[in-house]
Amino acid sequence: MRMKFEIPDDHACAGGKGCDCEPSVAHVGAGGAVDPVEVGRRWFLKTAAAVATTVLAPGVTLMTFAEVDAAHAKPAGEAVSSRRRWGLLIDAAKCKEGCTACVTACSNENGWTSTGHPATDAQWIRTLKVTSRSDGSTFQMPLMCQHCANPPCVDVCPTGASFQRADGIVLVDRHICIGCRYCMMACPYKARSFVHEPLQDQKPYAPRGKGCVESCTMCVHRVDAGGTPACVEACAKTGNVAMIFGDLNDKTSEIAMRVATYRTTRVRADLGTDPGVHYQNI
Amino acid sequence: MLRMRHWTRLVVAVALLAVVGSGLVPAPGMAGPPQPAKGRGDKCVEPTDWMRRFHMTVLKHQRDDTVHLGIRTEKHSLKGCIDCHQVKGEDGKPVTVSDSRHFCRTCHDYAAVHVDCFDCHASRPGEATKTGGATDSPHAGIAVGPSDVTALNRYLEGSGR
Repeated sequence: MRMKFEIPDDHACAGGKGCDCEPSVAHVGAGGAVDPVEVGRRWFLKTAAAVATTVLAPGVTLMTFAEVDAAHAKPAGEAVSSRRRWGLLIDAAKCKEGCTACVTACSNENGWTSTGHPATDAQWIRTLKVTSRSDGSTFQMPLMCQHCANPPCVDVCPTGASFQRADGIVLVDRHICIGCRYCMMACPYKARSFVHEPLQDQKPYAPRGKGCVESCTMCVHRVDAGGTPACVEACAKTGNVAMIFGDLNDKTSEIAMRVATYRTTRVRADLGTDPGVHYQNI
Repeated sequence: MLRMRHWTRLVVAVALLAVVGSGLVPAPGMAGPPQPAKGRGDKCVEPTDWMRRFHMTVLKHQRDDTVHLGIRTEKHSLKGCIDCHQVKGEDGKPVTVSDSRHFCRTCHDYAAVHVDCFDCHASRPGEATKTGGATDSPHAGIAVGPSDVTALNRYLEGSGR
């Protein structure tokens, strides 16, 4: 049986000129449908570049699938563009209470560890236990920088250190951060932390130091190389697969299809920050 | 009497010249101009003389491109310098900036110009990874003792010279 994914026409450009969305999206119209087979074919064609084929001997072929997704790997010398909007979709129903795989993976990847001062330690991602006031039911969800389209941290930064990349990732430029912590006050998600202690032996791809504010970078070094954030990878390894990473602007990506198909929530959507992190079942 | 005075002056002048002159040539064992560690390969990414003068400009340009635009070419990256010009310590591992033999420190100590890069950046090559950096424990394979931390802090706070 063929399932049809209905994609609502929330794409404001309607395919007119001046739009810089992917030409392959083909601007599915209102009520238009995307055939999963067609989506699969597109995915295969895009990902096929990541398959290395080696002829070992006549008739014997070795095929290896690279972990990076060639579909979003950009050449190292190319600047990021607003054609993409990186996002996360987190299904709280699949997030197992007590599991901290994403937090551990983030800490290992980016080299932030406890300094023995829990009140002020760096916290790029944390798990929240949410309890209903009425019936006492609980669930767990990870919370990190929500990579807002309208980030309050960027609004308030006096030096321009807090900024948003063209592809929607919100970062701190530590070269110009003066450590005033205004952004920490402004962030409604308490996603940022301040480094109080001198550090040594940081990860070469994740510089961080005393006197600067920092937060989740959506593993920007991995994303630029075509990879996925460490938390998403770790969550998939546990088998829970509660987190999905992808391009919200690419209508054929898994994340965009799920966001379009299911009712997803964003934390404090009422504030109008338009986060890039979507949640399900919260 | 007058002649004797002239003679004395001449001797003093010659002696002074000799003392000053000897100061221009370093005595054996004294530190001469710095000899920073050679990188891998035949030549640097730019002519050496040019790099000596302008490396900071190149690094600053690259840092803005990388942080804001996601341009991650290796040619002018600080990571590229650190990878190529690493200096191995006694334990066979690359030394950090807390060691005076570190590539950057060789010249910067000599010129008395403080480097702030390593407040945040790693001063030695890490695990070769771009997309799969996660290890089971942070800083795996890099043993950092308390003395290293103290030495680094001393250097970063500017009292380690």
